[in-house]
Amino acid sequence: MTLPRRDPRQERIVRNRRHPEHDRLMDDQGAGAAMVTWTGPSGVRRCDPHRCGFIGPNGIKRIDRGGSQQPMGNAAPSAGRQQPTAQRRHIEIESPAFLVTVVPDMPGGRLSSHDRDLLGLARQLADADAQSPGAVLAIVMGAHKETQWGDAGVDRLMECGDSALEGYAPEARLGALEAVERELAPRFWLLPDAATGGADLGRRLAARLGERPVTGLWSLESAPETAQGWRCTTRGGAGSLDIQRPLSRVILALEECAEPVSETHHAASVLTLSHPLLPLLSRIEDQGRVPVDPASIALAEAEFILSAGNGVKDWEGFHHAARVLGATEGASRVAVDDGFMARDRQVGATGTWVTARVYVAVGISGAIQHLQGIQRCDKVVAINKDPDCDMIKRADLAVIGDAGEILSALVARVEQEREEQRDAA
Amino acid sequence: MPHELTKPASLTVAVLLSVGRHPVTGRARRADQDARGLELALSLSAARIELVHAGPFDDACEASMRGYLGMSSGYTETGADSVTLVEQPSQADVLPALSHALSESLAPQLVIAGERTEQGEGSGMLPYQLSESLGWPIVGGIVAVEAVDEGVATLLQALPRGQRRRLSVRLPAIITVNATATSPRQSAFGPARRGTLAVVEQPAVHDEAQDEWHVEPARKRPKRLKIVKSTSARERFKAAAAKSDGGGGQVLTDVTPDEGAAAIHKLLKEEGVLR
Repeated sequence: MTLPRRDPRQERIVRNRRHPEHDRLMDDQGAGAAMVTWTGPSGVRRCDPHRCGFIGPNGIKRIDRGGSQQPMGNAAPSAGRQQPTAQRRHIEIESPAFLVTVVPDMPGGRLSSHDRDLLGLARQLADADAQSPGAVLAIVMGAHKETQWGDAGVDRLMECGDSALEGYAPEARLGALEAVERELAPRFWLLPDAATGGADLGRRLAARLGERPVTGLWSLESAPETAQGWRCTTRGGAGSLDIQRPLSRVILALEECAEPVSETHHAASVLTLSHPLLPLLSRIEDQGRVPVDPASIALAEAEFILSAGNGVKDWEGFHHAARVLGATEGASRVAVDDGFMARDRQVGATGTWVTARVYVAVGISGAIQHLQGIQRCDKVVAINKDPDCDMIKRADLAVIGDAGEILSALVARVEQEREEQRDAA
Repeated sequence: MPHELTKPASLTVAVLLSVGRHPVTGRARRADQDARGLELALSLSAARIELVHAGPFDDACEASMRGYLGMSSGYTETGADSVTLVEQPSQADVLPALSHALSESLAPQLVIAGERTEQGEGSGMLPYQLSESLGWPIVGGIVAVEAVDEGVATLLQALPRGQRRRLSVRLPAIITVNATATSPRQSAFGPARRGTLAVVEQPAVHDEAQDEWHVEPARKRPKRLKIVKSTSARERFKAAAAKSDGGGGQVLTDVTPDEGAAAIHKLLKEEGVLR
């Protein structure tokens, strides 16, 4: 029989972390790893402050009590960015009890925030009964660039890439929706009540199906006593009235009608119609876009803005570039104050809050007021000399260099391409 | 003049009018979009214009109809000095009566309407239902009628972001007028008094669905809150203190101006903003 022997000297060294032999002894015992964190007698998680934590960016040791200990260095941001998709719960609905069809507008080929809100509303309708969930079907007409269908909350995706559906083809699109109605008979039809197309198409669909649609919906609540099981609040009378009414099959919803999907990831499996679409003889013919003078477009609704700041020296070149690119001109406050641009061209908190799809900031360092003004822009391109300015952090594409030279190179490139097209034609 | 005799009104245009509502005072007025529609009709040369309204015949109706007549009734050669008033009770579905009046008695080639009414449900469905019941094509968001030639109208359609698109549509057709169309001329008092209202009786269909609705003045929509889904204090702090950086942006340093321009050109082409 061996008696457990204590080594008072070793215990003393373990207690004294300044002892030269402390580290070696801890490693030998293997106690180091085990004793970094433990659960205290009252159930609280304890940790040894000397043996956990990491060195923060400014050289000070940090202890992360949130539990998600991140190693120091460059790994942190990328891990942080991937987390949202990794954490999402994956949901697959094999045999849905019913279908909720969403026809997103997709301006510029991507889901807009309105479309995402609409998909969130569709999820509310589909997931109301956990025993027999419905599936959300998204119908995309024409070409698109969207890839994040699952994260947006789409269970089934139907892509109608027919060339007859491109451009303004409301009758052909209505024909496609009718084919879906005949074959799949969805319980709800959801469209955005927006000038980008959904308002027109949704009303056509409602008239064709003989349904009285709910238009301008902005709030939805469960009401089992009604036919569809839902009540809603809609805007009527040019925005002056709130109408509470039962829900109907065809729904045209306003922006922010629901929260977009953020916690789940859906299958977005591809669905196709069994019959190809029949060609229709359309009475409406699209003759294409009419060139509009970009300078006449209000800054707030311009699609493509070329904006100038303090870094622009060659103003003639800037105006020429805007003309060649077909962009609406904008300016930062400095450029306006210095008298180079008109006051109504100012972008930012004191000027106009713009909603452009593409915003090119030339020589703008990005004051916070200016960045507020471009919050709702999709793609921001920055051309700047200073690689550390705030605009570069906001930009999707940043080019460091002299603004005048890059602009003139861009103009030369565009003009050359147009020349080639003219020669080919 | 012989020239006018050889060229009678080749086109009959019906303009659908509604009773508007002043956004601040709530008084009846000419509806803005319908007035723009009438302005569009008046801009068409050699067109006969029929003004049509369906609804109850009361003071508000008369006031707003005279608002339209003040725009148009000076032009007697167009026939726009009289409103055909299809009388219907206030809670009626005006679609059958209006559809009957358009197809049987007025027979226009082009119907111009506003996008939404300023009172009541304002769903904007009426032109679409008319299109369905008459079997005529409908085009929305029109700002100008450029030409009418051999039964085909060339139209200019407003798109979001100030863009315009040219369309051609086979007549008879229904168009709705966008809010960016030419603003209506002033309504003149004298012509407004001289214009006439021709009341037409039509059987009414009661709109039953509206009986179970609850209508109240619009309240302000709740502002969307930034929802922070977090389990720990650290995450909440990070969300509150986060600096808005776009993240994932591509930064090109040490490139020649030509390479930089190439990268920007590629992005502009991908986004489809270069035309």
